[in-house]
Amino acid sequence: MKKYYYWIILAALIIVLILLPKPLIVSPTVSTIITVLLGLALAGVLVLTLRGHMIGRRTVFLFIGVSLTLPFFMNYRMPIKVSPEVQTLYDAIAKLPPGSKVLAAFDYDPPSAPELQPQAEAFMAFAFKHNLKVIIMGLWPQGPQQADMAVTKVLQEPEIRAKNLRYGVDYVNLGFQSGNEFVIQRMGTSFSGMFPRDIYNTDYDKIPLLNGVENFSNIDFVFNLSSGQPGTVEWVQIAVDRYGVKLGAGNTAVQAPSVYPYLSSRRLTGLAGGMTGAAEFEQATKEIGKANTYILSQSFSHMVVIAFIIIGNAALFVGYRKSKQKGA
Amino acid sequence: MDSTLIGTWLAALLTLGIMSFIYKDNLYYKICEAIFIGVSAGYWFITYFWDSLYRIAWIGIVHEGRYVLLGGVILGAMMLTRLFGKIGWIARWPLAFIVGATAGLKMMVYFTTNAMAQIHDTVYDTVTAFGGGDLYNLIGRLVILLGTVTGLVYFYFSKEHKGLFGGVAKVGTWFLMITFGASFGYTVMSRMSLLLGRIDFLLTDWLKLVK
Amino acid sequence: MKREIPLIITFVAGVAFVLQYFIPHYPFNRFENIFSDWFSIVGAFAIWLGALSLMKLCLLNISKKSSDWPISLLIIVSFLAIVIAGAIDGFHGLNNVPATSFRDPGTNFDWLYQKVYTPLSSTMFAILAFFVASASYRAFRARNTAATLLLFSAFFVMIGRVPVGDYLSGWLPERMQLSHWANWLMAFPNTAGQRAVMIGIALGTVSTSLRIILGIERSHLEG
Repeated sequence: MKKYYYWIILAALIIVLILLPKPLIVSPTVSTIITVLLGLALAGVLVLTLRGHMIGRRTVFLFIGVSLTLPFFMNYRMPIKVSPEVQTLYDAIAKLPPGSKVLAAFDYDPPSAPELQPQAEAFMAFAFKHNLKVIIMGLWPQGPQQADMAVTKVLQEPEIRAKNLRYGVDYVNLGFQSGNEFVIQRMGTSFSGMFPRDIYNTDYDKIPLLNGVENFSNIDFVFNLSSGQPGTVEWVQIAVDRYGVKLGAGNTAVQAPSVYPYLSSRRLTGLAGGMTGAAEFEQATKEIGKANTYILSQSFSHMVVIAFIIIGNAALFVGYRKSKQKGA
Repeated sequence: MDSTLIGTWLAALLTLGIMSFIYKDNLYYKICEAIFIGVSAGYWFITYFWDSLYRIAWIGIVHEGRYVLLGGVILGAMMLTRLFGKIGWIARWPLAFIVGATAGLKMMVYFTTNAMAQIHDTVYDTVTAFGGGDLYNLIGRLVILLGTVTGLVYFYFSKEHKGLFGGVAKVGTWFLMITFGASFGYTVMSRMSLLLGRIDFLLTDWLKLVK
Repeated sequence: MKREIPLIITFVAGVAFVLQYFIPHYPFNRFENIFSDWFSIVGAFAIWLGALSLMKLCLLNISKKSSDWPISLLIIVSFLAIVIAGAIDGFHGLNNVPATSFRDPGTNFDWLYQKVYTPLSSTMFAILAFFVASASYRAFRARNTAATLLLFSAFFVMIGRVPVGDYLSGWLPERMQLSHWANWLMAFPNTAGQRAVMIGIALGTVSTSLRIILGIERSHLEG
């Protein structure tokens, strides 16, 4: 087929997608049919692989794309059970009395936003509804900007808008500071030493919320959203172990397994790991958002990956049997 | 034309450009990649300027008279000599400062938190579990103790892994494989989540096919 | 002198942070504060060095008219676009009453962050999902006990950490359900392995840091 035909097909597909009626949601019956068809397609891949025809990588990519995209149009909802570590995190935040000062450390960038932004929004909504005072900062340059996006979105909720929250009184954004773990180290003795001004260059002493907040001893809880280094590990090593801070964390799924030792030793008070953790945290705080929408697609994609692993290994075992028979 | 609409279409075209790489490397992808490299470098450049150099150094020195910060500025300026071949050796001084400071801090925090505290908690939690009356917790703590000890035995490469020592190391290998399997599972979850975010943008914000 | 002074600087900086860990009082805390501030500033210059090195490389490519010089030109144009936008928005923000930030919604910098930087950086990492799936199909084989353990562990985590695991095993008692197995696996065997790795890395970090501070390890001064 000539190369420009592919561009024509792609352009036609995009035009059709733009002209389709919106929003496009299919009925549960159609959702079930789509699921069964996907299963049959995977069965077809299994048969081909067992016959010795390994499917091309682009076919695998197509399966992944389809398994992630189609659930957006489906009307399935699966109940989400809150895991013990997320429950611990929620309980720690829910126990904070109104007026408590919470330091929210945003240590992630846009690639990690699908996993961590829902957690940020759920946390900020919960904090504002329960009159917690939030001090935002970041060890990553993009962190405070992601925080701004979460705050802007959450402030539009009617219940929160009615509270007439004021910047500098109910929440403040100290911004980003370079220095990684040295920032945490310095904050242990003096917040104003590392953040002499907020993101609007207002002096630390002139911000009402920060009156009396000298260092970690004046903070009731630290909530860290982290996707790498510097992040939760550095907060545990310095803020928790040296300065005795109470820390809860939301991590990307890549990082979450490696902080379980801190969770087990109770240096970390709760952990929301990955998209599932985000969905569970939304359930626990009752701030249902994007993570709950994504979880169906997440489930489908996991099943497809598991299917491919099983198919690949089935081919391996069939190959072993054939070589044994040849040997015999 | 409203800037939000232009911005959404630009973001969608850039997203599709990067995604085109999964078909094969092409000029569209290369253009998007070049824009990404330039914009990333520029983003970090200007952010560090305003947040660190202006907010800490400039205001601290010029407006607050904290002249001790000049030391940092001089070291930082020495770092930039790396761009000039002949005097590039001067950049070793600030680099030595960064490496030394990091080594000093990391040595202490890693030793206390990642080594001593973890060893303490492994033993303490196991001992307290015996008196706790919760069988589930006790078995779990014993698993942690066994896995930690055997895993550390595996990492001891100064002795050949033979006999009883080799057997213990093998058990350690099994625990490490379970750990890596869990990490792999979580990595798959994470990568799928990242792709989900992009697909959500294309379907919701660009094509408006779903709410 | 070219080698000795950096070694002395490394030693002084390292020892300052070790001492303040044990003696957080004057004058050691003062040294810690000063060095932490210097670290932030030097760190910013290090980022500047990286960005300017990239620009130097691109300018060299353009001047030599190498085969990909248009790509280098595009990199420089993109770099300048966001730097100029951030600079102008920043200076305007200083003069506004009340002051605004260069990052505020509505600024050109924020527009470039939301519409250019975010989609590009997010998609770069997002396409890894395809390659992870393809690698799982082609390379993830249970050839021996260790690989089989790895496979089963990944299987339990992938299926147990999403609601479909409970959907499939909901009819079983709670402690037999897939989510419970996944939670148990993460809380105990995974923690054990991670702890062993963590302790091993910590001991390695301590020895390497000591070597660096004492000047035995000098690789950071090469070049």
